[in-house]
Amino acid sequence: MEAPRLAQPVLAILFAPLLLGVVNRVKAWVGGRRGPPVLQAYWDLAKLLRKGAVYSRSTTWIFRAGPIVGVCAALVATALLPVGDTPALMGFPGDLILLAYVFGLARFFTVLAALDTGSSFEGMGASREVQFSALAEPALLLALAAVARNTGSTSLTGMMQGISVHAWTTAGPALALVSAALLLVFLAENARIPVDDPATHLELTMIHEVMVLDHGGPDFAFVLYGAALKLWVLGALLVGIAVPVRSGDPWIDAAGFAAGMLALAVVVGAVESSMARLKLLRVPQLLAGAAALSALALILVLR
Amino acid sequence: MSLFFVGIGVLLVGGLLSAAAGRNGPWSGRLGALGAVVGCGLALAPAVGVLGTGVALESRLPWPMPGGSFRVEIDALSAFFLLPILALSALAAVYGTGYLRPAPRPPGAHWLYYNALVAGMALTVAARNGILFLIAWETMTLASFFLVTYDHQKESVREAGWIYMVATHLGTAFLLALFLLLQKSSGSLDFDRLEPGTHAGLLFVLAVLGFGTKAGFLPLHVWLPEAHPAAPSHVSALMSGVMIKTGIYGLVRILTLLGPPPLWWGWLLVGIGATSGILGVLFALAQHDLKRLLAYHSVENIGIIALGLGLGVLGVASGSHTLAVLGFAGGLLHVANHAAFKGLLFLGAGAVLHATGAREIDHLGGLQKKMPWTAGCFLVGAAAISGLPPLNGFVSEFLIYLGAFRAVSGLGTGVAVPAIAVIGSLALIGGLAAACFSKAYGMVFLGEARSGHAEHAHDPGGAMVAPMLVLAAACAAIGLAGPWVVRAIGPAIAALAGPGDLPETGLLGRVSLGAGAFLALAALLAFLRSRLLAGRRVGAAATWGCGYAAPSPRMQYTASSYAQPLTDLLRLFLRTRKHLRQPGGYFPGPSSLETETPDVCRDRIFEPVFRGFGWVLARLNWLQVGQVHLYVLYIALTLLALLIWRLH
Repeated sequence: MEAPRLAQPVLAILFAPLLLGVVNRVKAWVGGRRGPPVLQAYWDLAKLLRKGAVYSRSTTWIFRAGPIVGVCAALVATALLPVGDTPALMGFPGDLILLAYVFGLARFFTVLAALDTGSSFEGMGASREVQFSALAEPALLLALAAVARNTGSTSLTGMMQGISVHAWTTAGPALALVSAALLLVFLAENARIPVDDPATHLELTMIHEVMVLDHGGPDFAFVLYGAALKLWVLGALLVGIAVPVRSGDPWIDAAGFAAGMLALAVVVGAVESSMARLKLLRVPQLLAGAAALSALALILVLR
Repeated sequence: MSLFFVGIGVLLVGGLLSAAAGRNGPWSGRLGALGAVVGCGLALAPAVGVLGTGVALESRLPWPMPGGSFRVEIDALSAFFLLPILALSALAAVYGTGYLRPAPRPPGAHWLYYNALVAGMALTVAARNGILFLIAWETMTLASFFLVTYDHQKESVREAGWIYMVATHLGTAFLLALFLLLQKSSGSLDFDRLEPGTHAGLLFVLAVLGFGTKAGFLPLHVWLPEAHPAAPSHVSALMSGVMIKTGIYGLVRILTLLGPPPLWWGWLLVGIGATSGILGVLFALAQHDLKRLLAYHSVENIGIIALGLGLGVLGVASGSHTLAVLGFAGGLLHVANHAAFKGLLFLGAGAVLHATGAREIDHLGGLQKKMPWTAGCFLVGAAAISGLPPLNGFVSEFLIYLGAFRAVSGLGTGVAVPAIAVIGSLALIGGLAAACFSKAYGMVFLGEARSGHAEHAHDPGGAMVAPMLVLAAACAAIGLAGPWVVRAIGPAIAALAGPGDLPETGLLGRVSLGAGAFLALAALLAFLRSRLLAGRRVGAAATWGCGYAAPSPRMQYTASSYAQPLTDLLRLFLRTRKHLRQPGGYFPGPSSLETETPDVCRDRIFEPVFRGFGWVLARLNWLQVGQVHLYVLYIALTLLALLIWRLH
């Protein structure tokens, strides 16, 4: 196996928490604050890993399994994603299905861990999570189906290799629609504004944050790290399609990819600074809109 | 082949002995279950042999019935369906010995019907003659009717049995028409002599209606959510796990007899699969009764199977061998997978019912701590039915997805459009199924007990736990050994997709690799955390309640509230009824909210139609005098009239 294939997992493992730092820095800059250091997420993780733990008396092994499943699922997903032209560590035709479903597994266990506490807050968050993800799933897979049609490939590696400046000039509208749909899925799945507010402090209004209220110490470090990895992986999927830097040189591709990820973090920060979160009842409409965008893209590439 | 007949014989003898043992309850139960286990084991051997060698077993005997000979054959397709039927029957029989104790009455009759049902199913998939097939089919139907009405003292059970009886015979009516037409065009009812003639399309639609009623295609599914909860749990497992699959078997068997399919058959199956799948899981989500929820999930899974078969038909019709193999492999494998995880889930629900006496999800909770074995097995089943890796549900859904993505990326619009429908509906079904099973497992087994029912529960005995463990192991094994499993059922896939190799199914090895990597990483992280926490303070506290330190179980989220956002969003399809008594005034009295989600298809389609039938038939009431000799006269007159018509 050639070393470049390790690029995506290594980049993700090392730099996933950095992405959060950039987003927060952008938000602080727009808001006129100094904001936390860019490396804050790393300090948080180090602090949490040094702590003990407190478990609720209601909980069972399910509660302790949740954070581990979250991290492992995201790690497996990093092995399925390529960087530019460089193939993925473990890519194969149909790997995008595995990618979608390992995140499904992680969600299933996060939700069960939340229900294990018997807390009504966490039950509420779990209920919202399954509702929104059930609607985001078709948008994600239909968007990838449009890319599959356009590039004639069913593996993420093949799809990313098929995306190029040329593909954007010939099928630009379809790819733009796919990118928009994926951006919405990315924001929803990672609990960002306008679907969920990661900075909120009221249990009643949270989605992702409220599900992990009872986790502490190393468990919470796993939760945070798993969330950062998920942000990275879904972001990398979007950047792979929206940023067509394919030079054949792994270094230039990686540089283009890194620039794309940074730009995505800035976009997320800008979105979070410029708008409030949607009413919970409006979120399904947003996600149905994402699925509709994917379907439109499919119609464009089908002809 | 003789081993197969001996197995059927042992089944029937065991049932008869059990019934004869009558008053002696324990012996009666043991004899019946022993007959079932031994009979299934004997009949299983030739089926395994056929799948291993690929050589079909056959026997043909003359018999006095019209329409050909008494012909029985086990080819790859029959063997593939026999495997889950016989294995699950044996496991459920073992479970049944524990479940029926303490019995309200001697279980002899129950075991007679149970063994007759198993024998009927086995004969249904092995029969190669229309008449023999219908006889086996009816045996299966009648035996299962008596099993459903085991608790016949309850009115709801009698009503469920009645609905089942009517629905399933409606389906059989279509099958009679199907076989009559086939007899007309080919002059024989032996399957190897059948000629579809010129109206293959009509025959296919009749088969979809007739077999679809048994399988539970929407809107013909109305009997499922009534009959499955009413039956004893091991019978529910058997009916939901394998009996409804005889409908799928009938459909694919007819497909092999009707010659090359046109494209629209695939479109039809994909359409049926998408509606059954999505609406099935939606209805499941709105249920409060654990077994009713599982019954609606059977509709969903039958939908997924239909999506796979539809893709396979599209592949054959468009000449794409890869698509045909992936579609049929996914559909067939999902048949076996559904038998494993749905059997497991019904047995788990039965264990909960046995231990607590409650089927209402909102009355349960916290059983993970009290019934750890049952809970662990149920969790495996719940994750598997949600199609999550590394379990078996993902393997079959992966094959269907892969076929659909192949079709979208490389085939013409006539195939790509239904393939897109497959992708979209599978994705939605997957998300909703995860929502539904996180609710079912989370509310029943996690948190704290919501009522006195759940407080003193404990795991059932070994006879009930062992079958669940075997099924859970099967779910994990198929999930991790995907490529080998697909190769093992290769002959059955080739019977539908056409001869040739099995392209792309080797990719399941990569899925297994990913699953293995996942499990290894999980073990590593768990070890890492235990090392980190070693020597540090690990405390126990109450769940966080914004500072409130004495939370009560009644403060937990309930199953109804958990599902409410989704059921409200999709109320257009569900038509959930709410009975709300709001608190009011300065000193509010008691208030309440009840919701129920009746079956829309039953309320909107079948009720009015059958009310119309009832009105018409009431006009003929004068014919029904209640005297047997007059009824015999009716039969004689009818035969006479038919004779005259024939002579004419």
